[in-house]
Formats: sequence, C-alpha cells, structure tokens
Amino acid sequence: MHGRIKIKSTAQQEEEKRKEREKKLKIYVSARDTCFSKVTRVLLIQVVSNHQVLFSFLCGLCVSYLHSMFLLDTHCQRKEGILDEEALQVTQQLLSSNPDFATLWNYRREILMHLETVKEKDEVQKIYEAELAFLESCLKLNPKSYGSWHHRCWVSARLPRPDWSRELSLCDRCLSLDDRNFHCWDYRRMVVKVSGVPVAQELGFTDRLIGSNFSNYSSWHYRSTLLPLLHPESPESPSPSHEPPQPSPSHSPQTQSHRVCEEQLLKEYELVQNAFFTDPNDQSAWFYYRWLLGRAEREEMISCVYVSRDEERVAVAFSRPVNAQSVSLLLVLDGQPQKVEWKSVHPRFKHSPVCICDLPPGTISDITNEHNLTVHWTEKYTHRDCALYTGRTESWCRDSATDQELFRSELSVEKTSVLQSELQSCNQLLELEPLNKWCLLTIVLLMRALDPLGYEKETLAHFQTLKEVDPMRSAYYSDLCSKFIIENTVLKMEYAEVRVFSITDKNLTTLCHLDQLLLVTHINLSSNQLQQLPPQFAMLQCLEVLEVDNNRIENLEGVYHLPKLEEVLLKNNKISALADLQPLASCPKLRRLDLRGNPVTQAANIESELTALLPSVTDLLL
Amino acid sequence: MAAEELPSEFDVVILGTGLPESVVAAACSRVGQRVLHLDRRSYYAANWASFTFNGLLSWIQQYQEEPQPKEVQDWSSLLDEGEELVYLSNPDSASISNLQVFCFTSEEDEEEAQSSDLPNPTEEKAVNEDTDVKPSADSNEEATTEKQETVGGAEEEQLQVTPTEGEEQDTDKPHLSTAQSQLEPTRKRITYAHLVKEGRRFNIDLVSKLMYSRGSLVDLLIKSNVSRYAEFKNVTRILTYRNGNVEQVPCSRADVFASRQLSVVEKRKLMRFLTSCMEETEEHQAYSGRPYLEFLCDQKLGDNLQHFLLHSIAMVTEDTPIEEGLAATRHFLRSLGRYGNTPFLFPLYGLGEIPQCFCRMCAVFGGIYCLRHSVDCLVVDKDTNRCKAVIDNRGQRISCSHFVVEDSYVGKKAAAPRRLLSRAVLITDGSVLPSDSDQQVSMVTIPPVAARYPVVKMVELCPSTMTCIPGTYLVHLTCQSAGSAYEDLAPVVTRCFHTPDSPDQENRPSVLWCVYFNMVDGSGVELEGHGLPSNVYVCSGLDSTLGHEYAIRQAELIFQKILPEEDFCPPAPNPEDIIYDGENPSTPAGEEDEDGAGEEGKREQSQTQE
Repeated sequence: MHGRIKIKSTAQQEEEKRKEREKKLKIYVSARDTCFSKVTRVLLIQVVSNHQVLFSFLCGLCVSYLHSMFLLDTHCQRKEGILDEEALQVTQQLLSSNPDFATLWNYRREILMHLETVKEKDEVQKIYEAELAFLESCLKLNPKSYGSWHHRCWVSARLPRPDWSRELSLCDRCLSLDDRNFHCWDYRRMVVKVSGVPVAQELGFTDRLIGSNFSNYSSWHYRSTLLPLLHPESPESPSPSHEPPQPSPSHSPQTQSHRVCEEQLLKEYELVQNAFFTDPNDQSAWFYYRWLLGRAEREEMISCVYVSRDEERVAVAFSRPVNAQSVSLLLVLDGQPQKVEWKSVHPRFKHSPVCICDLPPGTISDITNEHNLTVHWTEKYTHRDCALYTGRTESWCRDSATDQELFRSELSVEKTSVLQSELQSCNQLLELEPLNKWCLLTIVLLMRALDPLGYEKETLAHFQTLKEVDPMRSAYYSDLCSKFIIENTVLKMEYAEVRVFSITDKNLTTLCHLDQLLLVTHINLSSNQLQQLPPQFAMLQCLEVLEVDNNRIENLEGVYHLPKLEEVLLKNNKISALADLQPLASCPKLRRLDLRGNPVTQAANIESELTALLPSVTDLLL
Repeated sequence: MAAEELPSEFDVVILGTGLPESVVAAACSRVGQRVLHLDRRSYYAANWASFTFNGLLSWIQQYQEEPQPKEVQDWSSLLDEGEELVYLSNPDSASISNLQVFCFTSEEDEEEAQSSDLPNPTEEKAVNEDTDVKPSADSNEEATTEKQETVGGAEEEQLQVTPTEGEEQDTDKPHLSTAQSQLEPTRKRITYAHLVKEGRRFNIDLVSKLMYSRGSLVDLLIKSNVSRYAEFKNVTRILTYRNGNVEQVPCSRADVFASRQLSVVEKRKLMRFLTSCMEETEEHQAYSGRPYLEFLCDQKLGDNLQHFLLHSIAMVTEDTPIEEGLAATRHFLRSLGRYGNTPFLFPLYGLGEIPQCFCRMCAVFGGIYCLRHSVDCLVVDKDTNRCKAVIDNRGQRISCSHFVVEDSYVGKKAAAPRRLLSRAVLITDGSVLPSDSDQQVSMVTIPPVAARYPVVKMVELCPSTMTCIPGTYLVHLTCQSAGSAYEDLAPVVTRCFHTPDSPDQENRPSVLWCVYFNMVDGSGVELEGHGLPSNVYVCSGLDSTLGHEYAIRQAELIFQKILPEEDFCPPAPNPEDIIYDGENPSTPAGEEDEDGAGEEGKREQSQTQE
C-alpha cells in the first residue's frame, strides 16, 4: 500500500535551512582563515576593505573576524607567501560562495603568476582553462561581479592559447540574459579588440541585439562607433572630410572621424525610424537619431579681434572657449611682438570664448597714428589681422558669419534634402502622436538645422506644446527656446550689420552666445524672465547702454569691468541688497543708473551708500 | 496488469485520463483524498493523448474496426438493500469519426525501389496503404475492409499519382535547381518506410492546442509545481495566410520593429492600437454589442492591420461582438512577452504530456492508476440518489464518495446533435514559411478560404519540439466542423502545401502523410445532471478554442463541488521536504499500471502505448 506523504512543517524547513547555512558559514570561515594564514601581511592589510567588513557584518561575525585578523596580522609568518595549488583550491572554495572578494582574486593572480614560472606551457594552459571554467561558475552566481569580470580579463590576456570565440559566445549568452550588463559589454569590447573580430560581424551583432530589444543604449552606442569604421564618409563629399593617414594639422581628427557615408546613413535612418515609430516614447532610439543627424565640430579659429584706442585694450573672440592663461596667443603690433598678459573677461571662469589683454600704456593712445595688429593662435596655425586707422578710436576685424557657421553646426552637416525628408517623417509621426515630446524636440532641432529664421514661428509653437506635455522639463525647454531666440536675433543682427541687440518681451530665461555680442554697444533685454546677468555678460566689451527693465534680476555678477558702460536701466527687478550692486563699481564710465522698483531702494540710507559705492554715477533713479 | 484486487474504498473514483479528469485527480490527491483513476484505454490522456507514428497508426486501425458490442453483465448480485445499478454506456466510438488517411510519399526507400526495379508491386502496395479509409460510421460508402480497393474516382487518381510523383520529382529536379532554389536537390525525400522506422520519435497530438503564457493552465502548472514534470518551448512566430501567401504577423514590440511588411505609420498605428485596447475606454463602450470588426474598421487601420488584429491576434470571426474580440485581444497581449515574443508555449513531446504530468502528481500523493480498466456501473442509493460505489469491469465493488467521468462513458441522451471539430495532422517536409532558422514553432491563422468555410487554426511543429523527426514538420489543423474533416480542411491543405491535388505549388512544402478526422466538441456539456446521481460529475472533453481555459475551469469547478473547502492544487512541496512515514519509502515499482515510479517509469509507460 502507499504510504501517505507528510510534508515537513515550515518550522522544520526553517531549522534545516538554518543548519545548512551554519554549515556553509563554518566552511567558509575556516577556509578564509586557512587562506589568510597563507596570505602575506600586505594582503591582509588590503582585506580591510569596506566590502569585506560589510560582508562579515552580515554574517554576524564582525567581532571574531576582526579578532582573527589582528591575530593573523601579528604572527604573519609568511614573508614570501604560499603560492601553491592548495591555496588555489582554498580560494576557489571561498570565491565560489563570494565572488566579490577582491583580495582573494589578487592572491589568486599571484599564485597563478608564480605557477606560470614553474610549470610547463601546456600545464599552464590547463590551469588557466580551469580558471576560466571556475570564473564561469562565479559569473553564474553574480553576473555583475566586478572581481570576476576583471579576473577573467586578466586570465584571458595571459592564456597561452586563448579561445576567443568561446569568450564571445560566453558574452553573447550573458547579454541574452541581461542585455544591459555593462561588465559584460566591457569585457566583450576587450575580447573583440584583442581577437580582431571583423567590424562587419560586430555590426551584425548589434543588429541582432537591437532586433530583439531596441531599448538598449549599449547596442545603439556600439553601432555608432562601428559605422564610421565600416562605412566612412566618402572622400568626394562636400566637406573636406577624408582623413589621410596623417591628419592635417588644421583639422582636429574628431572633426570627420565619426561621419558615415550617405548610403549607409539612409539605411540607419530607416532603422531608427522603425524604432521610434514602433515606440516613440523610447528615448534610446531618439538619442541615436540625434547622433545620426550629426554634429559638426566648428573649425577652431579666431572669429573676431577688437581693439579700442581709449582703453588700449585688445579683445579676441574664438570659435570655442579657450583657457586664457594657457592659450598660445601672440600679439604682433606694427611688426613688433608684444609681451602682454591674456586674461579672461571674468575671474569666475577660466575657459572663455573671449580673451582680453591690455597693451602697455601709451602704445596706441595717439589718435593720429595708424596701427596694424595681428593675433596669432600659434598652436592652431591661425591668425587674424586688424588695422586701427588714424582718427578712429576703435577697430575690429571679423568674419561676416553665416547662420550655417554660427549655429547650424550644432545639429548637422547633412545635406538639406536628407534633413528635409527626415523632417517630413517626423511630422508624419507627430500627426499620429501630437503630444510626443521626443518627436516635438527632434522636429525643433531639424527645423533649426534647416532654416532657423523661416521656421521660427513653428519652433516657438512646438516649444509651447513641449512645456505643456512635459511640465517636469519646462525650464529646460524655456532655456533652449531662449537660446534659439538669441541665435535668431544674432542672425538678424548680422544681416542688418548693426551694433544694437534687442530682445524684449520674449520670455527669455537664460542668456547665451554672449561671445557673439562682443561688438554690441546697446542691448535691450527688457520684459523677460531673466534672473541674473551671468559672468559671461562681461564679454560685452563694447557695451555702453544696458536695458533690462522688468525682469527678475537678482544678480549682476556679469556687469564687471565693462570699460564703456555708461547707462544701466534696471527698473522693476529683484535687486535686494547693496552688495548685489557691487560689480557695477568696476565699470569706470557708469553715470546713469535706474533702480526704480527694486527692493533695494527701500533700504535706509541707500542713496548715500550708493553714492559712496558708485562715485561716477551722476544720474541715479531710485 | 495487476491481477490482485484493488482496495475497495476510495474517496474519489475518476474514469478517463483526459486533461480535466487528470487535473481533478491531482487536485484531490494533493489535498489528501484517496483517488482511484481508471481508463479503459491502454494509454493515458484519452483524446488528449500524443502518439508515436506507429501508435497513431494502431489508434487509427482501432477506430476503423467495428466496435464489438460488449455484453452487459448483470452485477445486481453485488447490491445491498435500497440500492440500484446505473449502467454506463459502451465505449463511445462516436467521439472520433470520418477518419481518412493519405500517404503521399513513396512506400519504400527509393533506392530499394529503384534497385529492385519492380514498379508493379510497389504501386500495388501503395494503393493498399494509401487508400482512403472511411470508418463504418459513413455508411453511404462501401463497407470498410482490410484492403480497400474501391474508392471514389478523385481519390483513385490521387493514389495513382502517389507512386509516380516520386519520379516526377526526380525528373523535375534539374529544372528546379536551375530555376530557383539550390536547396531543392539537397532535400532528401523521406519515405513512408522511414516514417515507420523512425516512428517512435513522433509525438502526434490528437488535440491541437497551445498554452497561453498567462493562461490558466500555465498558472496552474506553476502554482501546483506540476511544471517540473515537463519542459516547454516557445511558439516562435505567429503566421497568417493571406492573399495566397503565408506572412508573419508582427505582434510583439520586437516583431513590429523588425517587420518589413509594415510601413512606419502602420507600425505606429498597430502599437497604439495594441496599447490602447488593454484598457476599457469609452470608445469601446460606445461600440457595445456591435461587431469587433466594425470597431476595427472605424479605427482606420488599413487592411493589413485589420487582418492581423482580427484573425491572428484576437482570432475571432467577422461577426464576433466587440466585448469578446477585445477580451481575446487582451488575453493574447497579456501572455505576450512572458516567455518570449509570442504568447504561446508548447510542451516538448506533445500536449499529451500535460494530463500525464497531473496524473503523476496525483500518483506522488498516493493516487492509484489502472489503465485498461473501466467501470461498468454505478451503485446508487435510491433514497439519497447518490452514488455509493462503482462496480468495475471485473465485478469488484469499490465504494466512493464522488465519481468523476469523461463524457464519452456516459450514454448519449442529449437530443441536440453534438458539435464536431475537424482535425487534420500532416507530416510535411518543410516549413510553410522558411526562415533563417529551421526550428520555428509556428501558429498559423487561416481565415475562411471561401464563404461558408470555417476559420482554421494551424500549428506547425519543428523537430526540436520532439514531436517529429529531423527533416519533417508536424502540422496540426483544427476548425469547427462544417462538414467532414476532409471537406473542411483539404482546401486549406491544398492551398498551403504541395500535394497531388495541388501539383502546381512546387515551392510549397510537400505533405508526406496525413490523417483527417472529426472529434466531438464537448464544450457545453453540463457537469452534472444527465440523469446521473448528484455526486457524479461529467467532464466534457475537448473544446474548439486554442487555449486550455475551458478544461481547467471545468476541473476547478468539479473540484470545488467535491471539496468546497479545499485549496485547488496548492504548491507541491519539494521532494526533500517530503517525509515518508514508516512504510516502504518508495512507491511500489512492480505494478505496471501505477504511475509515480519516477521519470523513467513514466517514459517507459508512455512508450508501452505503442
């Protein structure tokens, strides 16, 4: 007859499990002790890693652990350490239950290196192969163990006859379980590099991963590194792009190296469109798309040289921020190299797109003299000349920059036709998903790249929608929108060739591209949402009149050493303390200041204190 | 066969080893009921069984034979005061009907046939084997004999084509290889002899179903730990037959992304529809009572998507109301992605494994199993109208408190004609949609090929499901009957495959062998009643749906009627947590009819079915 089955009670099971755990712990602890008795003193000190202490805490063993450690520490009798196979065994036992024990991996490496010296090559191969098999079991235990992956890297590199295809298939298995295991991605990169897997095969690998789940930054990113290698941009493309083996000094190697030939680009556009049409809320595809649309780096050059006779000052604007202290600039005045000190416009930032220097007093002060200046940017082999004619108090030399050069490079160097068709498909998606923020944002960027002024109205409308559908990031959109408005205004100013810059009542929240305003004499930013005039504001070296009525300005940090500034109109802002006005004291020509509607005007004795702070001001409105 | 007598007292006696009966058996046994589980057949799982090729052939043969009328024995001598006998009906051969077998591959190894160079005997033999076998139920046809020479004209043609077909292929090959694929010459023609020789590697299901990854069967297998007795494979793709072609249906996110036949706009529309239909919306309510198709049309999805959504994802017909259509769509989508890119699982070695797994669970908890053992009649207490005991076919009286029986053992008293399912099982030499991998498990939905034809569900199994031999695919077709299985399904077969009826479809996979039959669709049979005592419950057998929801719900209902207080299939403990009290710790291995003797025991047993 059948015996009826009884099931152990939960208490019984618990008890058994507890016993089992205790047994395991005992084995672990004794193994660890044996191991430490073999490890040299140096290793012991390493043991006091946070991790290990934490682990011991978890085991409820902290006291006995520290005790045994100090004991061992004192009678550490092995100066040379025992580097035998028994130690290998013991550490293996320990690591297989806790693969994150970094000290033991180190010890193991020492043992293995020792064994390498005493064993035959075949035997070494066998030992290392066993090591790899052991590591595999550790990775099963914890697929994200730093120690195991690092050790595997080390072993693979020392293996006399490595089997890279096996390693690759291990990575593939690992990634199929968790396609975001970055340890595995790292290791895989190493394997691919060492074993020289063909790029095409790797591209196929990303195809596979993206096919199974396209929400994977790692795969998309990997793709972006492979494509330029496999399908480099063809040499006859419009931009002078093809890289000869030795890059010519005038171009930085990054400028073209990440571009992809057009035929392949079109395929990629199709792939990524499939992804974002399938799931427009998945950002990984959108990011890849942004990369595809491209980002040209601007040529490094001196975009403007300005010289002022009154201040005997030279200001130089660059196409990208430079370190004023270390940039290798050479100023040649009338054929004579000058020894001058280049500095940034504001002490708060070292890197700035504008540098200034003061010439020795009297060098150019005589208005009847004509001077020729040349600024050499020696490390970039580029220079710019500027002539200061008789009777002129100032002079400048600059490119009449086009919108293309100024801002479009931030998105793309692709052909307009390609961008146009991309814009079309994004608009198609927007019709289906009118509230998708990624789609809206990409459309905005595409419009910027195509025709910033022509699409201005639509761009602003899209920004409005973006702020509504993604209120969490409304400040980001406001800033981005401010940036675009400023860019457009700069462009319009360029076309009009004036030195007046005005953006009023446009909800500006931030200021940028101030380096483009080096020559502006009159700026009107009234009725916006600005909270400060940032240090970059000090780049406006020619500024005479500053109008910022009706903002929320609390901070005037950037109104600093502006040599020509005469008028500051700050009506209805949030200046609350006298100290906030301190920067104005550095502007020598300031004579008119309007502070009406600011909290600071309510303070006692404000008028006298202001007069003391700003003696040059003759026209003070409170 | 156990010669000794069975114990004479049980809590629950269950007759029939189909899926619902087996689940009830496991559930009862699990909570400590003494269970006796019988089946008059020599194999487990009744009409849910899987057979080897040879097993299937003998199953076919068995149904072709006249059922011998069984003499009714009078067991009234075993009655006590106040009791009466209720006889169960004869084994019900009508649950399978319209059996027709076709063999389109050459009978013998081609080499042998060629070397012997004797075409006549080969042909003759082919005729014998290929004969259209009609069961006697079809009385308008001539009586079935062992060797049927007389068949309808159309079929005769087929038969003659069969042997020549091999030659035709041979002569065609050069054309083919130059014309299109280079695969063609390497494809080795599998002969009938080869099928028979390798027959034990087939596991051919009588029913064709799939397990929804979040369906009640999967949930039950997990909950009860019965899943440890079986292994499963993901159905790898969903296909559909459309405009004369077999196409892949993109249903998961990855599929939609990778699909080449959808435009990006269609992709967006599809994804949006799938996401939106997971939640009940006002829009859905507005369509209440109207067909799902109407709702789909108004979504402006386009023909492509509409076809996929209606036929392949909801798998409903054009007049299904929206509530049902949406429920089916949600069921599909909920199951998606749990184990893979399709919502379905298939058990390795065939669906017949599943009832056996539950039987094993029952046996582990002490249930007793006897095959080739039936119940003749019930002993009913006249006063209470309850079944007190059963009398088995050997005249042993076995008392029980509850009796569960498969409906085929109960007399046909239902006046309404029962609905039928049409089934076809094909062994083919290639996939309906070849792809990179030749180990695809495909679910194919086939909308009506013409007006008045039923919707057909087709499952194509690859060798790695352990249901067929390498180089072949096992194809199951199922639909609700409109006519006989052959009438319903042959048009689909000729469209999707290369058969002698469709000689122009050279590029489609060839059918090597096939069988058509009808099964009774048991859905709608009441659990109780049938003029039976109140503690007798009838399991209705198969239903036409793709999933197992019906059978599992039925088993749970029966269990709740038997043991309203008990938990249905609580998790079985780990083997190491089981204490065997006192007696012989292992289950007796000597008894042939008892299950639970471990993995090997069970496999052996399923092999003894042959």
